[in-house]
Amino acid sequence: MTRTLRNALLGTAFGLALAAGPAGAATIKVGVVAPFSGPFGVAGKTFREAIEVYQAQHGKTVGNDTVEFVYKDLDQANPAQSKALSQELIVKEKVSFLAGYFFTPDALAVAPLIDEANIPCVIFNAATSAITEKSPRYVRTSFTLWQNTVPLAEYMAKQGIKKAVSAVSDYGPGLDGEAAFKTTFEKHGGTVVDSIRMPLKSTDFAPFMQRIKDSGAEAVYAFLPAGPTTLAFTKAFSDTGLKAAGIKFFGPGDLTQEPDLPALGDAALGVTTSFNYSRAHDSAMNKAFVAKHKEMFGSTDTVTFSSVGAYDGVHVIYQMIKNGGGGKIDGAKAVESVKGMSWESPRGPLTIDPDSRHVTQTIYLRTVEKVDGKLENVEKEAFPKQPDYGYKVAK
Amino acid sequence: METMFGIAVDGVAYGMILFIISVGLSVTLGLMRVVNLAHGAFAMVGGYVASYAAQTAGLSYGLALVVAVALTVLATLPLERLLYRRIYGSANELAQVLLTIGLTFVIVAGINYLFGPTLKRIPLPEMLTGTVELGPKAIPTHRAFVIAAGAATLLGLWWLLERTDFGIRLRAAVDDPAMAAALGIRTERLYLATFALGTGLAALGGVLGAELLPLEPYYAIRYIVLFLAVVAVGGAGSIFGSAAAALALGIVDTAGKYLIPNFGEFFFYAALILILFRWPHGFFKGRAA
Repeated sequence: MTRTLRNALLGTAFGLALAAGPAGAATIKVGVVAPFSGPFGVAGKTFREAIEVYQAQHGKTVGNDTVEFVYKDLDQANPAQSKALSQELIVKEKVSFLAGYFFTPDALAVAPLIDEANIPCVIFNAATSAITEKSPRYVRTSFTLWQNTVPLAEYMAKQGIKKAVSAVSDYGPGLDGEAAFKTTFEKHGGTVVDSIRMPLKSTDFAPFMQRIKDSGAEAVYAFLPAGPTTLAFTKAFSDTGLKAAGIKFFGPGDLTQEPDLPALGDAALGVTTSFNYSRAHDSAMNKAFVAKHKEMFGSTDTVTFSSVGAYDGVHVIYQMIKNGGGGKIDGAKAVESVKGMSWESPRGPLTIDPDSRHVTQTIYLRTVEKVDGKLENVEKEAFPKQPDYGYKVAK
Repeated sequence: METMFGIAVDGVAYGMILFIISVGLSVTLGLMRVVNLAHGAFAMVGGYVASYAAQTAGLSYGLALVVAVALTVLATLPLERLLYRRIYGSANELAQVLLTIGLTFVIVAGINYLFGPTLKRIPLPEMLTGTVELGPKAIPTHRAFVIAAGAATLLGLWWLLERTDFGIRLRAAVDDPAMAAALGIRTERLYLATFALGTGLAALGGVLGAELLPLEPYYAIRYIVLFLAVVAVGGAGSIFGSAAAALALGIVDTAGKYLIPNFGEFFFYAALILILFRWPHGFFKGRAA
């Protein structure tokens, strides 16, 4: 009994000492949950590299405080595990921010945690519109399917395309994309003749290609999550003669993400996508970002949309720390302080929409072309100030 | 009608790719009684070697294919000596599963470390790109090539196992190892050769099927279920059974995806369940080849 009491007293004293210790210069920890191993390991790698590039460019301190990133590996979409890791970060590591989250379910799972602990959560990727509705402490610096699809569907309608078919992976973001495409394209006078939902684990896309061909559409809108499936889909499109038959191929830029371009090869040439970032974006800031990345990691092969998602996410976190004036972070106030914040990013101008807490940004129309012997997404048109059209629309 | 024909052609092409990759597993599982879950990993190693040979070393597709098969066999032969030899025989099933799944994880991690997590491809020669017209249906030349290669593999294996001395000895060694050994058949060598045949077929399938099952470090785990399904339906050890199973599953899967895409993989697994319900040991259980 006395021993327990003594331990408890010691513990309390130790805890108090810890709490009182860092008064002037604190270390502010940011917990990053993302896939660092496994099939989606590239995503985590791009996050980490972008964070390191940002810290190399802007320093590791804000005011008197040092910003430290703590990484947790979540190798695939797993909400329960995401919640457990995030809780561990909050309780054991005492992080002031949560960040990362590649998949929608993983991001959604932490809503009750961040509300209870009053911690801001900066999403670097997860792209379903509904996420930021679930907690006022979410801020997102990536994109949504609605955001990318609406300008693309408008562009397709303007090109005089009347009949189109949509082919999406059968899961959250895919259904967002399908809904966004159908709504927008039909509003502008087009007809969606068939909506194909493909199983997430498909390997053979020949049957879907046959269906697209039989539908008699002039163009196809396709969305699949970046990875092996997009590669097989894009290849199947050109291999089964659809490309030769003159059917036009459009989709969000996940289809031609930069790390996959070398493997796609010439099959990707001419594919038109809409997206928020291309490695080939022509701006001084992007050139500096890409150059620094090359200097630090020796290659720019993996620089892609998730890189800028993380890069800008870190920028927002730095700003929140700055606005708080150092020391302890009040989550709700910190999020409040960045609402409406505008800045220039490697991808172009960004603003955090005060309502959706999602970035309003320029969406670019790109075509895959060869630049100096290397395949790149070359920007053709820009649609500035695109908000998240899906906020409180898509269910 | 045109649609039916299209589904049939796509289904056969998909089925043939499944066959080429799975038949090696059928050989090790049926003839050597080893549940080799590392089969997918061997196929992946073959694919990566071919990719490296073609892209970095600049070999032609055909040469890269030969090098990949040869190197994969060479690399896995020590595994037979050191590991697999200890787990032969149906009494060791749990040990087989544990050992081979562990081996798979090691290979996945090794490939990830050496080649990185991004997709790798094996560039096709000019001859195999583009499409060929089959009546009203255009299919990629590469798939036509795979169908032909699959048919050749089928005939070659049948001839090897049914018509050669090697085949006769092998079947004797499988049916009654003690008796075969007593008759002077060197079963150890025979097993080594069969193991090499199995991994060689895996590597061949990994290379030829790379267009459909893209190469990435998790290939080994992602697709092993497909291969096991083909072998289970076909009956372990039966070459024609594997071919029939792969074609049936390929066609059912293609038709299901075309007609009702929302159902996803439903038809593939429904067919699997129904077939196994009717023929619990697969199509051709009990025949040697």
